[in-house]
Amino acid sequence: MSAKPEQVKVQFETLDQQQSADRLGMWIFLATETMLFGGLFFGYTAMHTLHPQIFDEASHELEWKLEFINTVILLTSGLTMALAEFAVAAKRRWLTLFLLILTLFFGAWFLTAKGIEYVDDFANGIVPFVAGGYHYAGLQPEIAKLFFNFYFALTGLHAFHMSIGMLLLMLMAWLTFRWRDPDKMIRRLRIVGFYWAFIDVAWVTIYTTIYLVPR
Amino acid sequence: MMLAALGSNAGNAPGYLGSDVGHTIVKFLPPAATPMAHSVDTLFFWMVGISGVVAMTLTVVIGVLMIRYRRGKKVNRDFHVSKKRELWTEFFWTLPVFLAFLAFFYAGANIYVKAFTKPNDPIHIDVTGKQWMWKFEHPNGAREINTLHVPVDRIVELDMTSTDVIHDVDIPAFRIKHDVLPGTHMFLWFKATRIGTYDLYCNQFCGLGHSKMRGEVIVMKDADFAQWLDDQQVPNSPAERGAALFRAHGCSGCHMGNSAIHAPDLAGIYGKPVPLSNGKMVIANDAYIRDSILFPSKDIVAGFNNDMPSFRGKLTEGEIQEIISYIKKLHRDYRNQP
Amino acid sequence: MSAAVTLPDAPPSYPEEHYLNNGYSLKSWLTTTDHKRIAWLFFFALTFMFLIGGTAAALIRIELITPAGDLVSDATYTRLFSVHGIVMVWFFLIPSIPNTFGNFLLPMMIGARDMAFPRINLLSWYVYMIGALAIIASLFAGAPDAGWTFYTPLSTQYANDATIIAAVGVFIVGFSTIMTALNFIVTIHRLRAPGMTWFRLPLFVWSMYSVAVLMLLATPVLAITLLMVTVQHWLGIAIFNPAIGGDPLLFQHMFWFYSHPAVYIMLIPSMGVVSELITTFARKQVFGYEVMVFSMLMISIASFFVWGHHMFVAGESTFSALVFSLMTFVVAVPSAIKIFNWTTTLYKGTISFDTPMLYGVSFIGLFLVGGLTGVIIASTGVDMNLHGTYFIIAHFHYIMVGAAVTAYMGALHYWWPKITGRMYPEMWGRFAAITMFIGFNGTFGPQFLLGVAGMPRRYHTYPPVYQVLNEASSAGAVVLAVGYIMPLCYFVWSLRYGKIAPPNPWGATGLEWQTPSPPPEHNFGGEIPVVSRKPYDYEHYDAEHGEWQGRP
Repeated sequence: MSAKPEQVKVQFETLDQQQSADRLGMWIFLATETMLFGGLFFGYTAMHTLHPQIFDEASHELEWKLEFINTVILLTSGLTMALAEFAVAAKRRWLTLFLLILTLFFGAWFLTAKGIEYVDDFANGIVPFVAGGYHYAGLQPEIAKLFFNFYFALTGLHAFHMSIGMLLLMLMAWLTFRWRDPDKMIRRLRIVGFYWAFIDVAWVTIYTTIYLVPR
Repeated sequence: MMLAALGSNAGNAPGYLGSDVGHTIVKFLPPAATPMAHSVDTLFFWMVGISGVVAMTLTVVIGVLMIRYRRGKKVNRDFHVSKKRELWTEFFWTLPVFLAFLAFFYAGANIYVKAFTKPNDPIHIDVTGKQWMWKFEHPNGAREINTLHVPVDRIVELDMTSTDVIHDVDIPAFRIKHDVLPGTHMFLWFKATRIGTYDLYCNQFCGLGHSKMRGEVIVMKDADFAQWLDDQQVPNSPAERGAALFRAHGCSGCHMGNSAIHAPDLAGIYGKPVPLSNGKMVIANDAYIRDSILFPSKDIVAGFNNDMPSFRGKLTEGEIQEIISYIKKLHRDYRNQP
Repeated sequence: MSAAVTLPDAPPSYPEEHYLNNGYSLKSWLTTTDHKRIAWLFFFALTFMFLIGGTAAALIRIELITPAGDLVSDATYTRLFSVHGIVMVWFFLIPSIPNTFGNFLLPMMIGARDMAFPRINLLSWYVYMIGALAIIASLFAGAPDAGWTFYTPLSTQYANDATIIAAVGVFIVGFSTIMTALNFIVTIHRLRAPGMTWFRLPLFVWSMYSVAVLMLLATPVLAITLLMVTVQHWLGIAIFNPAIGGDPLLFQHMFWFYSHPAVYIMLIPSMGVVSELITTFARKQVFGYEVMVFSMLMISIASFFVWGHHMFVAGESTFSALVFSLMTFVVAVPSAIKIFNWTTTLYKGTISFDTPMLYGVSFIGLFLVGGLTGVIIASTGVDMNLHGTYFIIAHFHYIMVGAAVTAYMGALHYWWPKITGRMYPEMWGRFAAITMFIGFNGTFGPQFLLGVAGMPRRYHTYPPVYQVLNEASSAGAVVLAVGYIMPLCYFVWSLRYGKIAPPNPWGATGLEWQTPSPPPEHNFGGEIPVVSRKPYDYEHYDAEHGEWQGRP
C-alpha cells in the first residue's frame, strides 16, 4: 500500500495490473461489438441464402470501385494509427500529433466518400426507404429492396462507429497537443488504436461480403 | 395419471361424443380426437410420471436430510470423500439422467417428425389468418369463417398463410399447432377419428383481438360432410372471376393445353421455382406473376420466346389479383389430383 | 470460503465509519463510485421497477378471474402483459442479482477494494435509469402493446409508437448490462487478492463470471435486433418485412439467440446465491466444487445453442427443431447435476432453518419443478401440443420467479446484515418465506393444469371452462402478493429498529464476512486480505467463535 505510484487507482495494486485491466476491458468490449455486427451479418447471410440471385444482381448496383479506393484509404488510416502508437511510445509529441491528424484526415476522407456513394445511390434509385429514391429495374425489385436495406443498415452501422472513432481521435489529438502526461497518452492511444483497428476489420468484412462476394 | 382419468370424463359433454365446446365447468384434458393426440398424451404422461417420481424422491431425501442433520442434533457428521469417489458419484447420477433425456428426445422426435412430414393423399383446405378471423376454403371453393367442417377418418391438410401478422392454428383436441406466417405457406395435418366439435384457438399473439380469434372444428360422418358440402353456396370466387378474365383476354389461347403458340403451362407453377432464359431461377410468386403480365419481356422462361404482349393498361390491379388467384387455384387443382 | 485473513479486530458494535455514513448528501450518492453504494442505487431502481411490473401482474390476475374480459379493455390488457413482461425481464430479472448483490459482493468476495472500472459501474446505473425512463415515457405514450417478445411484423407494422419507445428503452438498458458484465469479467480476472486462485473463488463469483460471459455475447445481438425493429418502424429500413421477401422467422432467430441465454442470465446468479446459502446454513463444504463450476460454465456455453426450442412450431425446419431439442436436453444435464450436488451437500451437514435457508430450500423445490417441466416441453412431440399455452407460462415463471426471485429474496435476507449492519426480524422472515412459497405454488401450479387443458397464453377473454383454474391461480396470487409486501415492510423497519448485526452473523467463511458490517469504504480497511484456504472450508472453521482451526 505504501509505495503505490500516484496514477494507480485505489482498487489496483500496481500500474501493471491497472494497464492489463484496461486492455482486457477493451478486448471484451470489442467482443461485444463483434456480436453486434455479427447479428446483422447473420441476418444478411440468412436472407442471402433465401434469395441468392436477387441479392447478387442487386449488389451490382453498388459502387465497388469507389469503395475499393475507400478500403485502401481506411487501411492506410489504420497504418498511420499504428505509427502514432509507436510515435507516442517514443515520446515524440509533434510526430504523434501529425500522425493522429493524418489518421483523422483519412477517416474524414472515408466518410465523405461514403456520403458521396449514398448520394449516388439516391440518384441511381436504390434507396427504398426514401420517397422517390427507388426505381431499381433489376430482378424482382420488391425483394431487392431487402438487399438494399441490409446494405444501408450495415454500412450505416459502420459509419456510426467511424464517427465515434473520429470523435475519440479528435480528443486524442487535443490531449496529445496538451501533452500533460505522456505515459498516460501511451495507454490511451493503445486503447483507441484497438478500437480503430476493429473498425477497419469490420469494414473489410462488410466490403467483402456485400460488394465483392456477389461479383 | 390422475389428469388422464379426469380428462376423459370432463371432455364428454352430453349428446356430442367428444364435444369440446360446451357445458363442462372445469376442463382438464381436452378429448383426444386423433391417433396423434393419443401418442402425444402417452409420451406426456410418461414424462410427467417419471419427473414426478424424481421430484418426489428428491423432496423426501432433502426433507429427511434436513431433519436428521439439523443443528443441535447429536449425530455422526464425519464426512470424507476422495476426489476420485466424488467424481464417480457425479458420473453415476449423471448417466441415468442423460440416458433418460435421450429417451425423451427420441420419443418426442418420433411424434414430431410424423406430425411435420407431409401426408399422402390428404384433403387440402386453404387457411388464411387475418386480424382477427380464420378463413377456410375447401377444394370445391366452399368457404367458411371461424368454423371448419371436416370428414371423420380422412387426412386433412391445412395449407395456411396469413395476410398480416403471425397467427397460429391450435387445436388442443388434436394436440397440434403451427404458426401461420405472412408471405409464406405452412402446413398442418390431422386425421380426426372422433366425431364432435372441437375448439380452435389462435395461439400466437396477433394484436388486440387475439383472444377472440377462436373457432371450431366440426368433425362429421362422411355422409353428413358430403351433405353439408353440397348445401354450401359456392360463391363467385376471385379465382372464378380470374378464370373468366383469363379466357376473355385470350390468355387461355396460349397458356392452356395444346395451343398453337408455344407458351408455358401455368398449372401447378404457383410457388415453384422457374428457370429463366438468362440462366437464373425465380419463384413464381404473386410479384413475379404480376411482373410477367405487365412486363412480359423482362424475365423470359427458359426455352420460350418473347411472344407475349404486355397487358399494362388493359387490366386493372384488381383484375390482375383475380388472375393470380386463378393461377393459384390451378396450382391447388394440380396438387389435388390423385 | 477461504481466508486466513489478516484484519483489524472487528468492532463489537456498529462501526463508526462505514460506506453508508461516508456522506449523506444526494450528491454523494449520485456521484459515488463505491460499488456498495452503486448496489444501493440499483436496489432502489429495481424495487421501483418491480412494483410497476408487479402491479401489471396483479391487474392481469384480477382481469382473468372472469372469462369475459370485463375489468379492463382488450387494449389495456394487451398493454398490461406487454409492460409486465418488458419491465420484469429487462428491468428487474436480468439486472436483479448481478447489479445489486454482484456489485455489492463481488469485490469483497475476491478481496478487492472496488470494481476494476468504478466509473463505468456508475455509468451503468445511469444508463439503466435512462432506459427505465424510456419505459416510463412509453407508458405515458400509450404503453407498448406487442408483447415483451416484439415479434415482427406485429411490432414493426401494426403496433403503436409506444412499443418502439419501449424497444429503445430495452436497447438502452442493454448497454447497462454490457458495462456491468465487462466490469465483472475484468474484475475477476485482474483483481483477485493474493492467494485467491480460480478454484478458490466462491461459487457466487463463478456464477457472476458465467453470467457476464452470457451478457457480453448475447446482449449485442438483442441490441442490433431491436435497433432494426426501430429503424424499420421509424425510417423504413426494413430487414424483417415479409412483403419485400423478408422472413419473419429471422427476427425470432435473432431475438431468441439473445433471449434464451437471457433465461440463464436470470437463473445462473440464483444458482450462485443458493450455493452460498446451502453451504452456510449446512456449515459444510459444497459437494463437488469443481463439478459445480464446470456445470455452470457448461450451462452458459450450451445455452447459446438451444434458442430454436422456442420455435418448434414457428416454421423452422424439422431438422433444426430436432437439433435444438437435443441440445436442450443436453443443457438440462448440468442443471440436474447441480440439484444432486446441493442435496448431497446437506448430507452430514449442520443445518439450521434460518430464513435464507428456507429460501434456499424453496429454490431447490421450485427449480426442480421448473426444470423438469422444461424437460417435458423440450421434447418436440410434446411441445407441439403445449407450446404457447399456460403450461409454458407456468414453466418459465417457476424458473424466472420461483427460482430467480426466490434466490433474490434469499440473498436479500442473507446479506442484509452485511449491507445494512442490522438484522431483519427473523420470525417475520420465516413467515414471509413460507407465505411466498405457498402463494407461488398456488398461483402457478393451476396454470400447469390450464396449459394441459389447452388455454393459450395472452388471452384477454377465454372459454368459461377455464374459469375455475384461473380463479384458483388468482387466489394464489393474493397470497403471493402478501408474501412480497411483508419483506418490503420489515426491511424498511429494520433499517432503524433492527438488532445490530455482528460482522459474521451466520458463521460463514466467505471473505465478505471477515470485514465489519456494514463494511468500510474500501472494504478491508486499506489492506487487502491474503487467501490461503479453499472455499467453504467449514471442516476447519469454528463457526460459533469465528476461528480457523488447523493450518490451511
